[in-house]
Amino acid sequence: MSTIIRSLTTPTPKRLRDLIREIRSARTAADERAVVQKECAAIRDSFRDPDNTYRCRNIAKLLYIHMLGYPAHFGQLECLKIVASQKFTDKRIGYLGAMLLLDEKQEVHLLVTNSLKNDLGHQTQYIQSLALCTLGSICSTEMSRDLAGEIEKMIKSSNAYIKKKAILCAFCIIRKVPDLLEMFIPATRTLLNEKNHGVLLTAVCLITEMCEKSPDALQHFRKVVPQLVRILKNLIMAGYSPEHDVSGVSDPFLQVKILRLLRRLGKNDTEASETMNDILAQVATNTDTSKNVGHAILYEIVLTIMGIKSEAGLRVLAVNILGRFLLNNDKNIRYVALNTLLKVVQADYNAVQRHRTTIVDCLKDPDVSIKKRAVELSFALINTSNVRGMMKELLHFLETCEPEFKPDICSKISFPYKRWHIDTVMKVLVTAGNYVRDDTVSITIQLAAEMKELHPYIVQQLFKNFKDHLDEQSLIQVSVWCIGEYGEYLLTGECAEDEPVQASEDEVVTELEKVLSNHNLNEITKEYAITALMKLSSRFRTSIGRIKDIMSVYGKSVNVELQQRSVEYSQIFNKFDSLRLSLLEQMPLIETSRSKNILHENSSENLLNGVSDEGDVQKENKKNLQESQNILDILDVGSPTQPTQPPPKSGVNDLLDILGDVANVTSSTAPVSIPNTQPVPMGNDLMDLLGGSPISNQMNGGNGFPPMTAFNKNGLLVEFLIEKDISDPDVTSINIKATNSTQSPMSEFVFQAAVPKSFHLQLNPPSGNSVPPANSGSVTQLIKVKNPSKQTLRMRIKISYSHNGQTVTDMGEVNSFPATLWQ
Amino acid sequence: MMQFMLLFSRQGKLRLQKWYEAHPDKLKKKITRELVALVLSRKPKMCSFLEWKDLKIVYKRYASLYFCCAIENDDNELLALEIIHRYVELLDKYFGSVCELDIIFNFEKAYFMLDELLLGGEVQETSKKNVLKAIAAQDLLQEESEEPRGLLEELGFITGS
Repeated sequence: MSTIIRSLTTPTPKRLRDLIREIRSARTAADERAVVQKECAAIRDSFRDPDNTYRCRNIAKLLYIHMLGYPAHFGQLECLKIVASQKFTDKRIGYLGAMLLLDEKQEVHLLVTNSLKNDLGHQTQYIQSLALCTLGSICSTEMSRDLAGEIEKMIKSSNAYIKKKAILCAFCIIRKVPDLLEMFIPATRTLLNEKNHGVLLTAVCLITEMCEKSPDALQHFRKVVPQLVRILKNLIMAGYSPEHDVSGVSDPFLQVKILRLLRRLGKNDTEASETMNDILAQVATNTDTSKNVGHAILYEIVLTIMGIKSEAGLRVLAVNILGRFLLNNDKNIRYVALNTLLKVVQADYNAVQRHRTTIVDCLKDPDVSIKKRAVELSFALINTSNVRGMMKELLHFLETCEPEFKPDICSKISFPYKRWHIDTVMKVLVTAGNYVRDDTVSITIQLAAEMKELHPYIVQQLFKNFKDHLDEQSLIQVSVWCIGEYGEYLLTGECAEDEPVQASEDEVVTELEKVLSNHNLNEITKEYAITALMKLSSRFRTSIGRIKDIMSVYGKSVNVELQQRSVEYSQIFNKFDSLRLSLLEQMPLIETSRSKNILHENSSENLLNGVSDEGDVQKENKKNLQESQNILDILDVGSPTQPTQPPPKSGVNDLLDILGDVANVTSSTAPVSIPNTQPVPMGNDLMDLLGGSPISNQMNGGNGFPPMTAFNKNGLLVEFLIEKDISDPDVTSINIKATNSTQSPMSEFVFQAAVPKSFHLQLNPPSGNSVPPANSGSVTQLIKVKNPSKQTLRMRIKISYSHNGQTVTDMGEVNSFPATLWQ
Repeated sequence: MMQFMLLFSRQGKLRLQKWYEAHPDKLKKKITRELVALVLSRKPKMCSFLEWKDLKIVYKRYASLYFCCAIENDDNELLALEIIHRYVELLDKYFGSVCELDIIFNFEKAYFMLDELLLGGEVQETSKKNVLKAIAAQDLLQEESEEPRGLLEELGFITGS
């Protein structure tokens, strides 16, 4: 009676359908929120009622509200309550709610586990099924442990409907708790004898997961390969069965799963791979490829052929399948083909190379993701024989592609032929405009410097081009640098080309002046220009006066950097005119390991590493530049007015050295050993300034860091010359140099080093084991330290040697490595 | 294994979400928002796959509804399209030329259907007939359990009291 009264006083809750209508008719988000809030309040109220008959309806409404993004966690317990109800509707909605609303909170989970346990043992298969499905959805670690026993029993059920679901629950349990794997193996063995496709499919799934998780299981299931082959054969040989056919392909879901398991079992196993070779070829040739589903199977076949130890013929077949995919109208199929080719291109280079034309055609695809894959693949396929054609295509692509592609292409383009190479680089710079990374400029400059016989051609071409592109910083930087270095070739107009370019001194200076006064150009570009003018003053005759004037004008520039350079250069004119010519000689060729990288074929990966490394070095240089003393200080040091300083001659020497002219001048005036330590960092900065090249570090013994004293005791001095590895930014090379200042040799010299566990240390053999006396020689040894976690390096060293018949052992710790090493 | 499946409209309204990997609610919402925006911004010319974090997203549009699922790296994306298609076919058979409204008003049925096709992110049944049979049997069971309730109840009375 009381229920009647209550139901009369409290209105019946809205039906789900009505609520959805009401929410959908809400005009604004605020309206919708109001409706939802009101309803949520009502639902909360009804949940407080112990014998509410509308629980199921309320949960359903709450689930709808939850989908709209409103909080609904207060329904969690309520779901569990109706799960315990005897009515099927209640259970169905209750479990649905549990799947949607429950997170991994423990106290609730215990309740769920109990309900699941009860329902797994229910006599109605559909209630068992609800429990299995829920377990598959929200299976936590505790639940897995608590229910694994039940699931194992249900796998043995004779009812296929329950069996397949239980198998997948086992799959979920193993994913969650791999150590429960063992208990399922016996029940799994017989599953492949089943006829029911659902059971077969889920069993294959479970076995695959077991093989992923445990090497023992993998070994164990290798013996089912013949059985899997048979199932697959039956599938493709069987006639049409309406139940499992998908547009003419017999159960693609099962086929794909079996192929995947075969891949797992055949990987690194010759015997298993041989057993499956034939069937793979059969499936590959017998599958109807008029629809997507056929391609899904072929795709899986290709992956399997590539993943196992298959015959060469089969691998070619697989690549050809992918080649056919590329011609398909369906963009999805083209996408997977490119993606897969990218994965196999290293292993099956020649087979992939045959489809180059098709791959290049994909550069024209309207889909960005396809284009991106095609670009990567095109780069992977470039070699000496196709480079011209490929570059033409890529340059064509560069003209039309989205800006996002441009930086990548510019950095990656790699060149084996000089003349064609420089043409291409220049074209790249002209075409890509301002979408060029900074490092491309320095790479190009480096490249131009290397091609000695092409200097007239390069400078003339650049001079011709850059005037028309006064908004492209990178092009101008390269052009101006080259004009500064090789400007004299413009005057002669001599060149092996058909149309040599000739210009007078005045014309050249005027163009450079235009760069300096152009407001669209950034300061760095202008710094390039002022330095170029200065360098030209050593080779031009008639326009030196003009250059002097320009220097004095820019000596008042508001741009500090520009001003400083101009003032410094004016000083060279005024105070050190006798030195000017040798100071401003052409930059010597910069030797780097980088250049090898650029020219190396198919080195896109190396190149990329190199590039990122380059960026670091450049950053460092910039920092150094700011910290560095300016040139005037150095000039003062060397000036004869200060008697305490070294004599002017050595000052000259230093200066020359600083300007990077190590090669020819220094050797003629003084012994080379003077500037070894101190001027090096400064020299770098200056060279940077004059040369604009980030690689200048490499010049002075390839060392960007001053030598460190690691050990100095009893006449034994051990120094570390630190250098970053160009090909791997994580690696630091440390060159150890041990010298002996005592009068007798140190024999049996052994150097050992230890680093913390997060580092990798590689000790190369030393150059000898005896350190000669009186600093007359040294022992060197190379250590490489890899520091993937970028921590500060600490190193323990142990040194032992025998000196005057006594064995000396010493230990030490080196902690003062430069911090910039790991940045 | 499929990690999750989302159904949403062209306006970006979520119509169904099924997660096979446990995530906190907040993260689920964030993922959903991100993917809905990502998929809706794709042009029709583009292919149905995207790489997203360490997952592959496979989506397909059927009329006004996007079906979008996330699969793992070694899964077959072309087959994932087939799974989506199979699900659409099942809904179509069940509702009789299904439209977005059917899924809005009967979202629980759409979930039930999905749960008979997939379990734990893997396909459990490749026969359409078997799936529909299981759903029909459960609907019948539901009707039977509902039967004692009647018109009176809808009006606010409890039968039998």
